[in-house]
Amino acid sequence: MHVVYPAVVAALLFSIGVYGVLARRNTILVLMSVELMLNAVNLNLVAFDVWLRDVLHSGQVLTLFVIVIAAAEVGIGLAIVLAVFRTRKAIELDRLRELGEP
Amino acid sequence: MIVSLVVVLPFAGAVLGLLLSRYPHGRGPAENLAANKRAAWFGVLPTALSTALIGWLAWENTPSTNVLTVIDTGGIAITVGLEAAELSVLTAMLVGVVALAVQVYSVGYMRGESRYPSFSAFISLFTSAMLLVVFAADLLVLYVGWEIMGLCSYLLVGHWWEERANSRAAIKAFLVTRLGDVGFLFGIFVLGFAAGSFRISDVMAADIPEPTLVLATLLLLAGVAGKSAQVPLHTWLPDAMAGPTPISALIHAATMVAAGIFVVARLYVLFPQPTLDVLGVAAAIGMLGAALAAFAQTDLKRVLAYSTISQLAYMAAALAGGARDAAVFHLVTHGAFKALLFLCAGAVIHHVGSNLLGHMGGLRRPMPVTFWTMTVGYAALIGLPPASGFFSKDAILYGLERSSSPIQLLLYGSALLTVGVTGAYATRAWLMTFFGTGKVQALPEPAPGTAHVFDGREAPASMLWPIGVLAIPALLLGFTDTGEFHLAPAVTALVVALLGAAFVYVIWRGAPERDPARLLGVFHGPCEQAFYVDRLYAAVFVRPVLALARGVVRADDHVVDGAVRGTGRATVGLSGLTRHLQNGNAQLYVTGLLAGVLLIAVGAVVLG
Amino acid sequence: MSAVDFWPPSTLEIVFLLLGLVAVGSALLVVTTRQLVHAALWLVLCFGALAGCYLVLTAEFVAWVQVLIYVGAVVVLLLFGIMLTRAPIGRSDDLDSGNRVVAAVVALATAGVLVSVVVGGFQHAYADLRPGSGSAEELGGSIFRNWVLPFEALSVLLLAALIGAIVLSRTDISGRR
Repeated sequence: MHVVYPAVVAALLFSIGVYGVLARRNTILVLMSVELMLNAVNLNLVAFDVWLRDVLHSGQVLTLFVIVIAAAEVGIGLAIVLAVFRTRKAIELDRLRELGEP
Repeated sequence: MIVSLVVVLPFAGAVLGLLLSRYPHGRGPAENLAANKRAAWFGVLPTALSTALIGWLAWENTPSTNVLTVIDTGGIAITVGLEAAELSVLTAMLVGVVALAVQVYSVGYMRGESRYPSFSAFISLFTSAMLLVVFAADLLVLYVGWEIMGLCSYLLVGHWWEERANSRAAIKAFLVTRLGDVGFLFGIFVLGFAAGSFRISDVMAADIPEPTLVLATLLLLAGVAGKSAQVPLHTWLPDAMAGPTPISALIHAATMVAAGIFVVARLYVLFPQPTLDVLGVAAAIGMLGAALAAFAQTDLKRVLAYSTISQLAYMAAALAGGARDAAVFHLVTHGAFKALLFLCAGAVIHHVGSNLLGHMGGLRRPMPVTFWTMTVGYAALIGLPPASGFFSKDAILYGLERSSSPIQLLLYGSALLTVGVTGAYATRAWLMTFFGTGKVQALPEPAPGTAHVFDGREAPASMLWPIGVLAIPALLLGFTDTGEFHLAPAVTALVVALLGAAFVYVIWRGAPERDPARLLGVFHGPCEQAFYVDRLYAAVFVRPVLALARGVVRADDHVVDGAVRGTGRATVGLSGLTRHLQNGNAQLYVTGLLAGVLLIAVGAVVLG
Repeated sequence: MSAVDFWPPSTLEIVFLLLGLVAVGSALLVVTTRQLVHAALWLVLCFGALAGCYLVLTAEFVAWVQVLIYVGAVVVLLLFGIMLTRAPIGRSDDLDSGNRVVAAVVALATAGVLVSVVVGGFQHAYADLRPGSGSAEELGGSIFRNWVLPFEALSVLLLAALIGAIVLSRTDISGRR
């Protein structure tokens, strides 16, 4: 297996995630895009772990950790989104501009 | 040693007068009086001592050189030293006597004046500077004194600076002489570098090629024309009459204006024929023009001022014609009688409370002492025997008659004509001041900036004594000349002068109330305005410079400041643009952040 | 580094590339679809395809965890979020912000930079796949021998996140006055 393949797939996934984060209005969609980016990283970690034959399996272990952290992040993120929704009745990012220059 | 004392004593007087006159401090009338008294002592005593020492030097009559130190400049060394040659001692004698007379005179003239201490201190400083010029053994030392004189002239002309015209006159005097001084300084540089030394004796002994000499002396001539009020830099002198009369007597008649002539005489061997011709042409124009201008003036002091320009041009003409000794002789006699005339004029003005000839008349009886002494002064000015001016003018005319100069005819003719005009204007001023009917009414309050009106019959003793003392050399100095006496030119000059005087007398007899200057006819206007030289300068130099200055101010306001203000405004405008980016949209921020990271990454890859 | 040629690709590589294509395509649909719920479902497909990729790369355990946590938990959570924020079900045209063009440019530039760097850096790297190296046994041993401390720290982090999520989402807990 050429390492280039998983690396390129991961790069494309990451870029798509970037686009989603930058272009989507809905906060939940933005969270999904963040998940895409995290998965791109995961793919990289696994591929390089396989390529380097790490005896500690640090790549795969780290992937597990990232998955766990991603789950926690989604939980916290959704809680924040819900809190914002409760107070503002909106979760569109470009409508949450209270910190902008008036 | 004695020479140094001569120079240093008035300087010390000036320093003490400035520092200690007002000690202990106070501003009440009583303190003012005490300060003036102390300042008078500080002013008179050092000058008197100095004059006495000069007299002793003249008695000893041994040329001596004192070198204090040689300043190693890396290039040509500067010799700080003094040299007492015959010419120097003679001129210094003139300076000392006139300065002493003026110091004593101004004690009375400036009585009750609250700024008298600084006034007398500046006179002392001026005296010291002039003596430094006279005795300097080094061109740069001479230049130091030369510049201090210019400064003192500025300070003293502007003594009554409360009036705008006076301070303007002071600035004009300063600027015009400064214009010449620039040339003078560069002339010194050229001479010094050509000769490899700034010592006057070395420079005079050096073998300098003629073109260099012409250049250097022409540059020197610029400074001479400025200080000695020669055409074309003469315009400051009539305006400088705004200063107190003693200053006019000291600076603008006897000493400072003599410095230019003195320098030419001192460095006479250096002056090649072309330079002398230039000097001669300027002098020939200046002496006749200034005499004519003097004839048409209505202000007594301006009459004397133009007369000074005319007489200085006389000396310059003598120098140009090769009669150096005659020029120096006239320098001394002129210093004496012109100082006398100015001091007398001061007494008259003090009495009348006005400078204008039209306000005077019939003063012969109320002011007998002034009348007689001023008559002596006018006689010397016209050149009537036995007054001193007769002999010195005779010497100059004789010298010009015999001159081998290529412009001899111009010089001689101009000088002879000037003798006639001099007789005319002197007679006019004399008649209008002392004869006719009295028009004097004591003004209730003197106009600001003029002398205080003295309501007594004569000036105070402190003013009369210097006048009386100065009258003696003005009358008798002519007999001290060792040169032989030449009858033919003397008779010619006398006849011409008397002709001019008689002409004016006849005109005046016809109508004593009216100004004899009317005989100039259509030329009266141009003569009174001194041939519009001032206006010409105003049009050619002053206004363009002022316009340029205004342009510079405008450029500074609009271009330089505008650039600064524009930068500020542009910054505010641009920041207004960038603040649109700060709209609170977090996605926009992240976009910018990522784009920046990308740029950095690409840059690192491409450049690294 | 390695003498293995890109052409012809091995069977594994073809499988991997197909899975990767599915993952990338569904990811693209996630960020471009106009229906919120569809986005979540496309995300499921993307994560599944990624799990397949992990399998091909012999990381079995990670693949199962991916399916369990991502597909099973995260996506469900996201769906709950969509429901709780009363998002419109069905097409809605305002899911993209006005920032889209700029975002596309930045994303393309990112892709360009990353792909070119990755290709330039690893074009000769070749990984020999040995089945079993990513089994639960291997990974479990590695985690509990070598990575115990990070593992424990992570459990504390999870607990904190749990509490935080509860505090944030409950309305009857107010901050300290």
